[in-house]
Amino acid sequence: MASATSADTFPNMSSLGEAHIDGERRLPAQPTNPVMETRDLNVFYGDFHAVHDVNLAYGRHEITAMIGPSGCGKSTVLRCLNRMNDLIAGAHVEGGVLYHGQDIYEKNVDPIAVRTQIGMVFQKPNPFPKSIYDNIAYGPRVTGMKVDNMDDLVEEALRGAALWDEVKDKLKQSAYGLSGGQQQRLCIARTIATKPDVILMDEPCSALDPIATARVEDLMLELRNEYTIIVVTHNMQQAARVSDRTAFFTARPDETTGNRTGLLVEYDLTSTIFSNPNDKRTEDYISGRFG
Amino acid sequence: MSIAATTARQVTLATGKSKDRTPVSLAFLVALWFSLFFGVVVLLALIINTAIDGSGRFDIELLTNYVSVVRPEATGFRAGILGSLWLMGFTALMAVPLGIAAALYLEEFADPTTRWNRFVEVNLQNLAAVPAIVYGLLAVAIMALLGFRDTGIVLGGALALALLILPVIIITTREAVRAVPREIREGSLALGATVWQTTWRQTLPSAIPGIATGTILGLSRAIGEAAPLVVVGLAGSLLFDPEGVMSSVTALPMQIYSLTSNSREALREAASAAIIVLLAMVLGLNALAIFIRNKFQRSW
Ligand SMILES: Nc1ncnc2c1ncn2[C@@H]1O[C@H](COP(=O)(O)OP(=O)(O)OP(=O)(O)O)[C@@H](O)[C@H]1O
Ligand SMILES: [Mg+2]
Repeated sequence: MASATSADTFPNMSSLGEAHIDGERRLPAQPTNPVMETRDLNVFYGDFHAVHDVNLAYGRHEITAMIGPSGCGKSTVLRCLNRMNDLIAGAHVEGGVLYHGQDIYEKNVDPIAVRTQIGMVFQKPNPFPKSIYDNIAYGPRVTGMKVDNMDDLVEEALRGAALWDEVKDKLKQSAYGLSGGQQQRLCIARTIATKPDVILMDEPCSALDPIATARVEDLMLELRNEYTIIVVTHNMQQAARVSDRTAFFTARPDETTGNRTGLLVEYDLTSTIFSNPNDKRTEDYISGRFG
Repeated sequence: MSIAATTARQVTLATGKSKDRTPVSLAFLVALWFSLFFGVVVLLALIINTAIDGSGRFDIELLTNYVSVVRPEATGFRAGILGSLWLMGFTALMAVPLGIAAALYLEEFADPTTRWNRFVEVNLQNLAAVPAIVYGLLAVAIMALLGFRDTGIVLGGALALALLILPVIIITTREAVRAVPREIREGSLALGATVWQTTWRQTLPSAIPGIATGTILGLSRAIGEAAPLVVVGLAGSLLFDPEGVMSSVTALPMQIYSLTSNSREALREAASAAIIVLLAMVLGLNALAIFIRNKFQRSW
């Protein structure tokens, strides 16, 4: 496990542009063969138009960050990607969300099946009021996954989430006894236990301290080798540190109603977004001139 | 002084004791205290008075004997106590699964915007305020529909009491279910669990302490009820123990009701003692509810 010093947890703002050094990772300008795509995605909550015409492609084994001011629809877009928006009364979606070319909003698609492939980690750690072991085993059990040895699967998931060493002696204890950061990694372990393809994360570190944040970030970079990760974050340093590509959203007030509808401003390699963005609004936001 | 401290001081000045001591607010305070005092004192006086009336009869025969007109000084409430226990058991058996199922449906599955569900919602609120006797009539009607001639049996009494406490159980279960955070449900659903699995494996287990508390409070109300049982036609006194759902039965409050107006001093004395027994049973149930609530209470 990598240890993080506070220096690399918080690079100062001026060095943000260089904070993400692409190193050996050479990525094409556009994701080739994307795992997921949104096509002209529009989301409504009742009459309220929350998100307008989002077109995004999420590359395989990449980390895509979605950033932007509060209320611009990042979570909304994220929740469309595994149909969690179905659970909100009055929410409705237009356009398409493609997963390996298949529109997950088509009538014959079972949202339960979608969610087993596309897992989600939430802003606030939300372990179940059960033992650590049962938290991990829950997903495989409810989805009827064929498991030869649950103990092995639990260990594998906990190792995958870099939590095994900390909890291996207290698997039967309540998950509520863990620290916030450990709980969040438990939630990640719980998600990877069902062997998803894509992991969605909605501000996964916003409730964590810098050290726990650094650990989750390290974990994300490791998980990238096996999973496709899409992360919403308010922390621009975090986007710069972990993501391969960044999508910047903003909200535009409607001239007649004054409702703020979210839209995608710019989508590019993270190194580009943070060093020379094309759009003035992106630059203003990243350089802190816009809240 | 820091800004925070200054603000705090202003708030204290604005709401502090000094302003609470106007004559009007003092008078109001005294009125409140008096109301509280009055309620408690009347209740205490009643209990003490009853206890003194029944003081001669706090013996084991009070629990183990049947009512006896021949030997009133050795009369006991065995049939009523056992009857009440049987009734509670079957009441719980009927009301708890039904109440939980109804509450889960309303909270987790129903669409609250449809007309039908709003209708159910409004009715539920009102049901809790319906006089107990009405549930007795309802039970008689149901028993008649089921083809029972004699309704004064365990099944009939339990049915009336189950109907009586169903709204209480539904309302408390809904509250307990609502207290389970949305994040838990979302976490479960995001793993690919169905709504049904989520309800069964997450929401319901987390709500069980609340459900248990509500159920016991419901039962402690049912155990003291005589009116619906009178309507159902339970006997005021029996000389045998209940033996099954179809067996004739009496209940402790029924026996008390029939003996308090008896002309014999010894029987009235026994009734007073039985009231204390009933009170102890109710208090016991309430204590159990409080114990469960404190023991399993979870702060999310
Ligand atoms: N359940 C809901 N019902 C109605 N409106 C909603 C709901 N959820 C979000 N919205 C609205 O949709 C818009 C986008 O919200 P969303 O949560 O996607 O923003 P966000 O970019 O994630 O913001 P934040 O950074 O604060 O999390 C907001 O105007 C919000 O008020
Ligand atoms: Mg959000």
